[in-house]
Amino acid sequence: MATTGKVSGIVANMVVVKTDGAVSQNEICHVDAGGGIKLMAEVIKVIGDEVYIQVFDSTRGLAAGARVEFAGHMLEVTLAPGMLSKSYDGLQNDLEKMSGVFIERGSTTDSIDFDTKWEFTPLAKAGDRVVAGSWLGEVPEINITHRIMVPFALKGNYTVKSVVAKGSYKVTDTISTVTDTQGIEHNVTMVQKWPVKKAVKAYTSKPRPSKVMETGVRAIDTFNPLTEGGTGFIPGPFGAGKTVLQHAISKQADADIIMVVACGERANEVVEIFAEFPHLVDPHTGHKLMERTIIICNTSNMPVAAREASVYTGMAISEYYRAMGLKVLVLADSTSRWAQALREMSNRLEELPGQDAFPMDLSAIISNFYSRAGLVYLPNGETGSVTFLGTVSPAGGNLKEPVTESTKKAARCFYALSQARADSKRYPAIDPLDSYSKYLEYPEVQEYLERTVEPGWVGKVMRGKTLVQRGKEAAEQINILGDDGVPVEYHERFWKSELLDAVILQQDAFDSTDAYTSFERQKYMYNMVLDICGRSFTFDDFEACSVFFKGLINDFKQMNYTAFESDAFHNYRKQIENKL
Amino acid sequence: MTTTAFQRVYTRIENITKATVTLRADGVGNDELATVGGRLAQVVKIAGDEVTLQVFAGTEGIATDDEVVFHGEPPVLRVGDALAGRFFNAYGLPIEGGEQPEGDPRQIGGPTVNPFRRLQPSELIATGIAGIDLNNTIVTGQKIPFFADPDQPYNQVMATVALRAKADKIILGGMGLTNDDYLYFKNVFENAGALDRIVSFVNTTEAPPVERLLVPDMALTAAEYFAVDKGQKVLVLLTDMTLYADALAIVSNRMDQIPSKDSMPGSLYSDLSKIYEKAVQLPNGGSITIIAVTTLSGGDITHAIPDNTGYITEGQLFLRGDSDTGKVIVDPFRSLSRLKQLVIGKETREDHPQVMNAAVRLYADAAGAKTKLENGFDLSDYDERALSFAKDYSEHLLAIDVNITIDEMLDTAWRLFAKYFSPAETAIKQELIDKYWPKA
Repeated sequence: MATTGKVSGIVANMVVVKTDGAVSQNEICHVDAGGGIKLMAEVIKVIGDEVYIQVFDSTRGLAAGARVEFAGHMLEVTLAPGMLSKSYDGLQNDLEKMSGVFIERGSTTDSIDFDTKWEFTPLAKAGDRVVAGSWLGEVPEINITHRIMVPFALKGNYTVKSVVAKGSYKVTDTISTVTDTQGIEHNVTMVQKWPVKKAVKAYTSKPRPSKVMETGVRAIDTFNPLTEGGTGFIPGPFGAGKTVLQHAISKQADADIIMVVACGERANEVVEIFAEFPHLVDPHTGHKLMERTIIICNTSNMPVAAREASVYTGMAISEYYRAMGLKVLVLADSTSRWAQALREMSNRLEELPGQDAFPMDLSAIISNFYSRAGLVYLPNGETGSVTFLGTVSPAGGNLKEPVTESTKKAARCFYALSQARADSKRYPAIDPLDSYSKYLEYPEVQEYLERTVEPGWVGKVMRGKTLVQRGKEAAEQINILGDDGVPVEYHERFWKSELLDAVILQQDAFDSTDAYTSFERQKYMYNMVLDICGRSFTFDDFEACSVFFKGLINDFKQMNYTAFESDAFHNYRKQIENKL
Repeated sequence: MTTTAFQRVYTRIENITKATVTLRADGVGNDELATVGGRLAQVVKIAGDEVTLQVFAGTEGIATDDEVVFHGEPPVLRVGDALAGRFFNAYGLPIEGGEQPEGDPRQIGGPTVNPFRRLQPSELIATGIAGIDLNNTIVTGQKIPFFADPDQPYNQVMATVALRAKADKIILGGMGLTNDDYLYFKNVFENAGALDRIVSFVNTTEAPPVERLLVPDMALTAAEYFAVDKGQKVLVLLTDMTLYADALAIVSNRMDQIPSKDSMPGSLYSDLSKIYEKAVQLPNGGSITIIAVTTLSGGDITHAIPDNTGYITEGQLFLRGDSDTGKVIVDPFRSLSRLKQLVIGKETREDHPQVMNAAVRLYADAAGAKTKLENGFDLSDYDERALSFAKDYSEHLLAIDVNITIDEMLDTAWRLFAKYFSPAETAIKQELIDKYWPKA
């Protein structure tokens, strides 16, 4: 018998329930709000027979005495074929299936289609030894091969007793029977459930990331690369271009699956994805972008408690696809809103606050979440990865605030968006000096870059960074002493860094050609720019210097707007060479 | 409000604080409305049979034996076409007497639009102000605030925008309006003969500050009626959201909540986004566009209120006094409309994006020249021309008293380019130069 209780207290979306049965921390329950409306909630504190729950919906009209039923499990996602290209809310309700313009309170929809039949091909056979996450068979899901696995919840070793023959099955059909060491049989279907706040551990080991993940954004790939299974974050004040940058990455990144978690941000930004992704094409495969995308959407006006759940829902689904040997990229915009959801609840629980009224364990929660990303070896020796890139919206644009600082401890790449760059329309506004990628220091990543890009590449990246640094120093000197007050070499140094900035670091996300730059093209352009920066020039005066470099920058920019290796591209290259 | 049958009446209040009363009552719903000694109040906390009510007008003079009547439902607005042309207070009651309009009762602060059912905003709202239409084009379904210092004429600009915009309905939500400003809006709307398409919800400074928390929800419930039920284009004006946020801080303080940055409640972001996210482009052709005012203190946009607002809204418009022309202009540098990309050069003339960028860039060059001048450096010929351009640009385009069509704005910009610069200096695409550069 499920535990039940009665509502005894209400403050906003925190509700106190009196119960006499057993409940567990983070257990899901449903509050009967009358009129057939059941509000989903999660246990967040237990004091004696009083259970504190956070309701994932508005508690308007709820009265003391309302009946509460406990579900006996934590917040779960349903994992099965058919999730690709879906749009879910933070609790995995399919938004498309909801009728009406408004999301009515307590409305739920199935996260997958239970009637669809899938073409199943067995991979395992009777007698095979398997563990949680072992592949039993596969079905085609849009453009990917969706592996049907031994459910993650099954602990220990199993032997396959039977697998159904090739054919079409519904997700709820039994496709295999496995036997545990006690001889007990377990039927396996194509659908399983998993508690979102627990990391899926169906892998044998989690090595350090070693492969660079191409995003097509030069300031990232060339200067501060992200890796498959890596973590990064993008802090920036409003208007600095966080969302445009994340959208660019979601369109271009070299991943099998893109998980977009719109967490507490503007609804119109998600609408942009809904409107564009079905038409845009993945530059790596030629398929429609929507076909590889899953959207978890809890916009800023949707219930706050479900906002916290949304990032976990997105992560759990991503871990599921990782266990199939796929490369998953999770983009969360913005993790600050998630932290604010934690703050609101901590406040209602009357916990002693930490800095800026955030909960004391904020840092631990963020670290724990980022640690779920990573490259893994699966039981069959294949690899899969979850790469996580979150944005942070620091209050007042000040990076010394708890969410940014906590995230900095957890994430390995830091892409700081600078207000000054945004103001001067230098997009993406990734600050070339403040930003970093710890992966550039990894020997395995260095080795990978030297092998796949070219020998000496890492050294060249470092040279570029020094050029930018020295250009900045020169600019400061020029500003203090005046154009005439410094030697012409200072101007040359400044303009070389401007050249690198304009050609490599700045990129037009709204231009169809410039928006995406393949690694090969990045190498080509970067070498060209570095070559020019390595030369010494003689100018009569600073004006001659600025005129020369302005002309060069213009040619390079035109080159960035033309297709790689096209005639126009080579014409500009020749034009540049002639100028030199 | 009179007591009707089935309403529960209590006469024993146990605790009274500055803002709340607590009593024992059964079967009371969260957020439910009640009358305490004739004043409106709302349930904010239930603990067993103890119910805490927030009294909007404050608790001065409330007695422990005053009558408490529960209404059995959260605040509602009776929506219908009869709302048009009327002025209401924060509770949705007519301010200057007259009959309460009949209509269908709707709970205020209703559910969220399913993001999957929204459409991408794509219809331009012309205001005649070039600082907006040319540089920061506003689109239906957008939400955008004016960030303004208290001494700037933001209410006048907003009234102008409202009357010029081709909206089917204009809903004014006034929070902490001075009586003078309230009368200003009233007169302007009346004189324009536009009253039949305007609904106003006004909390003046004479009314208790906590009441103003109801104003945006009232205004947006009315807006949703016209947009969702009637498929109309609705423009909602909210002024001043800073005073709204201040009221939130008062309530949260009285509820013993731990303040976060700038003494604002930790939930400020969610509280503000619940309002602004009501802006929507609907599949039935209806839309809600929100233009708000957030007053700044000393131009500081890192304060929690403008900062959180900036993260929620789709851009912001800055007003600034221009010392060269003595006019109030829409600052081209700090203002931004995030949704302009959806319409400029598509719904407007093809040269719009390039002309807009070129003019702002040349204006920036003038700002650079000005700094040079102030620092005692010599000006080049180009600097001189940029400065003259800036003055004309400011006077004929940026000033808020300009009222011309977008095509006229573009033509004006071309004329100014030709007056002061060579085509190459504008760095506009050659094919546009060929087509639009004024022939001598």
